[in-house]
Amino acid sequence: MPKKDIKTKPAPKAKATNETLAVKPDSKLEEIQATRERKSVLMQGNEAVAYGALDAGVNFFAGYPITPSTEVAEILSAELPKRGGVFVQMEDEIASICAITGASLAGAKSLTATSGPGFSLMQEGIGFAKITETPCVVVNVQRMGPSTGMPTSPAQGDIMQAKWGSHGDSPAIVLYPASVKESYELTIRAVNLSEKYRTCVILLLDEVIGHMRESVRLPDMANVRVINRIKPTVPPNWYKHYDENQKYLSPLASYGEGYRFHVTGLTHDSHGFPTNKSGEAGEMMDRLRKKISYNMRDLVQIESYQMEDATIAIFTAGITARAAKAAIAMARSEGIKVGLLRPLTIWPFPDEAVRKMLRNVETVIVPELNQGQLIHEIQRLTKDKSESNLIAMQRVNGQLITPNDILHKIKEVS
Amino acid sequence: MANIPQRIIHEYLRHDKKFPHVWCAGCSNGIVLGAIIRAIASMDLDRDDIVMVSGIGCSSRMPVYVDFNTLHSLHGRAIAFATGIKMHKPKLKVIVITGDGDCTAIGGNHLIHAARRNIDLKVILINNNIYGMTGGQCSPTTPHDAIATTAPYGNIEPDFNVCNLAMGAGASFVARTTAFHVLELQGMIKDAMEHPGFSLIEVISACPVIFGRLNKKGGAPQMMKDFRDNSVPLAAVAKLPPEKVEGKIVRGILRREIRPEYCAEYAALSKRVQAMGGE
Repeated sequence: MPKKDIKTKPAPKAKATNETLAVKPDSKLEEIQATRERKSVLMQGNEAVAYGALDAGVNFFAGYPITPSTEVAEILSAELPKRGGVFVQMEDEIASICAITGASLAGAKSLTATSGPGFSLMQEGIGFAKITETPCVVVNVQRMGPSTGMPTSPAQGDIMQAKWGSHGDSPAIVLYPASVKESYELTIRAVNLSEKYRTCVILLLDEVIGHMRESVRLPDMANVRVINRIKPTVPPNWYKHYDENQKYLSPLASYGEGYRFHVTGLTHDSHGFPTNKSGEAGEMMDRLRKKISYNMRDLVQIESYQMEDATIAIFTAGITARAAKAAIAMARSEGIKVGLLRPLTIWPFPDEAVRKMLRNVETVIVPELNQGQLIHEIQRLTKDKSESNLIAMQRVNGQLITPNDILHKIKEVS
Repeated sequence: MANIPQRIIHEYLRHDKKFPHVWCAGCSNGIVLGAIIRAIASMDLDRDDIVMVSGIGCSSRMPVYVDFNTLHSLHGRAIAFATGIKMHKPKLKVIVITGDGDCTAIGGNHLIHAARRNIDLKVILINNNIYGMTGGQCSPTTPHDAIATTAPYGNIEPDFNVCNLAMGAGASFVARTTAFHVLELQGMIKDAMEHPGFSLIEVISACPVIFGRLNKKGGAPQMMKDFRDNSVPLAAVAKLPPEKVEGKIVRGILRREIRPEYCAEYAALSKRVQAMGGE
């Protein structure tokens, strides 16, 4: 395909095809996809999330407008009808999470996007998706502060909420990108993991990543790995909605396929029928936990940056890790051996990688845009070491932690 | 109504592990379930294509007993879940089983917006005037002055007219009957199943164990007799003097009109957008 300028390129004829990428003219997405192998395109994190969702095969979006996530809904409202997918603007965020869960039970790959206030409203529904093991993805573009807070300012205050927000102690898979490109990649990964592990996967974006524009070269679709849920192959009367013999990753039937299964938010047995027996209830809770804890190697993704010889480590995620990298470059030019450990999967927490880091460095700095969340996890893992070498750096006023702030701290402790 | 043999109920129930059911003696929920099954059995419907969605409450325990695709969802959210299912697979017939608290209190927002969209869901609202599952608290349909465990001195709130609420929000099929009028209910369910659009049937039902006892209604048989004696068919309302209608339950199909259905509208939009792309 010849190189074409994105602004002047005429829309090509759409082919009548059912493929996922049967895109139509007048679409920035189509331009991107027509040229994706060759061209870098300027896009926002929220746009990247929408494109990632489409490339991952998401065909159902239900959502409610909220700053700073709205672009995801806007793009999908334009793109999904073109591909035979469904976009519904619901009456609130509670309805949104319920609708995507219902659609997923009917066989859809579903996603919603929101921000703090909406994320709070969705918590009960997230718990429902987890206990019923229904795949879906919730994107939370974080804003600052409790309640309405500062809707267009960044913060990293929902890290603990993403894990503990829903009542009743459920394990979580939460991914955290640090760039626009990574927002695209981790959206695909979130959808894939939700399908594979049959759970609600959460993608946390920083407000600045959602709204920041960066040059991104999307991969060719041939290089995008898409995972679809395993469908049952047994006859309907043999089907168990939660098959205990399948290593916690059991096949999933959809409504309308002849399986006629039952789904309930009550504790249930392997058929999905409610149970009050402590044995069955305990097994169900174990199953939810084990399907995460037995698959840490698959779930945990971490970036280790200049850690080989580091005596000071910075541990942080998202936009704050970007600042840390800049600070590391400046510090290294002054001969300070400092590195970065950045989780792309924040839940389950990368205990093993953090323990290794703690063994190898003298000091750990944990900068984060909240009043102390990631640092608690590091503290949990430092119980045999002095905590005096664990340096907190927190800011919650709508401003970012800058490279200079971090550099200053590095110099202070080195 | 077609002549349906009694065994048909058993054919539609799940027999492994689901019984005994949770409902009290004298509860109307079983009557409504029977009417639903008989109505569906009288129609040419594949049960693989039927989804029964409920929220939380006594009536919402219904789906687990029937051999359809079933979803026992969150309190108040049955219509929102059902919207997701229906929008993704419009060929499915989606029945929502809900109660007065589930649908008009915590779920009121979803009710009015689904009615406004005119999405093809069949909402069967079993109205027993109280929160039964939690032990008898007053609901939005508890009558004024009635006793509930959270209204021990009498309820001071006016109650919802559920059908008027649904009609005001735009529901295109709205009907009301009681648990006593089973054949009428069966017919209404069939009519609703055949209606292309948001359908709501309010079934005034008896909770003799909690609402009945708190309000001295005289037990299940007496409550059933009251439904018989204190209700008037819609057709008769015009002929009766107003004082004879006052305070009575008006039964019948209160609205049945055809207007654009949401899934069909979305399919048309999708087709239009795709055609634009192919020019």
